[in-house]
Amino acid sequence: MPLRLLKYGLSRDYPVSGDIPATPELKPAYDVVIIGGGGHGLSCAHHLAKYHGIKSVAVLEKGYLAGGNTARNTTTIRSNYITPEGIAFYKEGVELFERLSQELDFNVMFSQRGQLTLAHTEATVRSFHMRAEMGRHMGTRTEVVDQKGVEELCPLLNMDYGGPLEILGGLWHADGGTARHDAVAWGYAAQASRRGVEIHQRTEVQGFEVAGDRVRAVKTNRGRVACGQVLIATGGMNYDVALMAGVELPIRCYPLQAMVTQPLKPWLHTLVSSVSLHTYLVQSSRGEVVIGGGSDPYQLYSTRSTLDMKEHLAEGAVHLFPFLQGVQLLRQWAGITDMTPDYSPIMGASPLANLWLDCGWGTWGFKATPVAGKRMAQTIAEGRVPDILKPFALERFETFRLLNEMGATAASH
Amino acid sequence: MKLLTCPMNGPRNIDEFQSFGPVRAKLDPNATADRDWSRHLFRAENRKGILVEWWRHVPSNYFFLAERDLVTNEIIRTFDASQLRDRA
Ligand SMILES: Cc1cc2nc3c(=O)[nH]c(=O)nc-3n(C[C@H](O)[C@H](O)[C@H](O)COP(=O)(O)OP(=O)(O)OC[C@H]3O[C@@H](n4cnc5c(N)ncnc54)[C@H](O)[C@@H]3O)c2cc1C
Repeated sequence: MPLRLLKYGLSRDYPVSGDIPATPELKPAYDVVIIGGGGHGLSCAHHLAKYHGIKSVAVLEKGYLAGGNTARNTTTIRSNYITPEGIAFYKEGVELFERLSQELDFNVMFSQRGQLTLAHTEATVRSFHMRAEMGRHMGTRTEVVDQKGVEELCPLLNMDYGGPLEILGGLWHADGGTARHDAVAWGYAAQASRRGVEIHQRTEVQGFEVAGDRVRAVKTNRGRVACGQVLIATGGMNYDVALMAGVELPIRCYPLQAMVTQPLKPWLHTLVSSVSLHTYLVQSSRGEVVIGGGSDPYQLYSTRSTLDMKEHLAEGAVHLFPFLQGVQLLRQWAGITDMTPDYSPIMGASPLANLWLDCGWGTWGFKATPVAGKRMAQTIAEGRVPDILKPFALERFETFRLLNEMGATAASH
Repeated sequence: MKLLTCPMNGPRNIDEFQSFGPVRAKLDPNATADRDWSRHLFRAENRKGILVEWWRHVPSNYFFLAERDLVTNEIIRTFDASQLRDRA
């Protein structure tokens, strides 16, 4: 990587490498069909081609590459969850991010600057102690800090001493970070297509041909494609797409919104999140302050953003950092998120033998782009679910073995 | 601000209301298999189309029902819960 960069810098004409080939003709059949060209689908394609030698792979994307939630997320990467199964999985995810630029030979601008979650009530401080203990037990860097610790980590915060929203302490997660979301998707796409994976943009799956307990083919706007194995990784459309195959997932769709300010000089050096205010902030490498919060208040298939949410997020952000009050907003947007009852994803087998699920990523799936792709590729290649994914099986709802990550997700993603 | 017409209080700003999610059929606890309980608890309606759902007007703590389009977000009608019982 550094050598290539040097060569590039010294070359006279700055050669541009063609990133991803234009969409080819659809073949009648592929060994693996991946539905959804977001980060997850592309990561799985990369891992199939690079580590399992499976190259007859088609990624079918109804729109443009990574234009779904991958393009809309606020790029929080962390592993400070609460269930041992959850922490083990997301920890592997963070570790893969640490090496991702090397793996992809593409700078994903991973910045492991740490995440600070704020407590404004004693109850939140207690829940932080539990998360810190679990995190330490599982080998992640997660600790509770007091008021002085919060001030040291983020000196510009309004501590609101004596006020109704006084910051009583924080959960400091040194492993937390952020990365450039488009770069992650494009890096995987470039690597996968270099190894023979076909990426078909503007190719929408509109139905399944099911015979017995197997998917024979998928039906698209560009024709029928027979498939050995199929993966559903369609983000906000997971419920919808699985239903076309007769699989009803325990998912409800909610819009999730975010917004960014005009670019400012670097001043926010950690990710900051407030549970009570339902607001979190991160400064991007362009200097824009990305502000996100909780989901919309009711179920909806819509990517329209609302004035209510703009006001709510602005209120939270200005409360934490009052000097932001004169700063202008540049953009606001929304994505449709596929929420599960326990705030954990659904990965692994489906009721159909060759249909695999990488679903239920709701408001928290960007951080899992590398690890979900890696583990789903392993699942598809070996035809069985590895131990690390077993707790996330669809059957957990039937056996009442839920993985409750609601408290560790709330405003933090 | 979006308006929601409460059957009791008339049209109000939607942030005076709280959504309680899709209406679910009641199950008979003595005649329900585990599988059906799990369905009942975890698989709420999410199809694109018209959803019948519970809402509460928070200041008056009045629960009622609405039919709303999950794609356009249009609120088609609101009605008192007694009408649901009548229908059932
Ligand atoms: C505002 C917002 C903030 C978020 N913040 C964070 C965060 O800070 N950290 C975090 O970890 N996660 C976050 N998330 C969640 C995260 O964005 C997602 O979980 C993750 O990006 C999912 O990736 P994916 O590849 O599975 O889905 P997507 O990126 O949505 O990709 C799915 C693709 O499937 C395509 N598709 C859909 N239907 C079809 C069809 N029928 N045929 C073919 N293709 C189809 C879509 O066009 C889309 O491109 C956030 C989400 C939002 C909306």
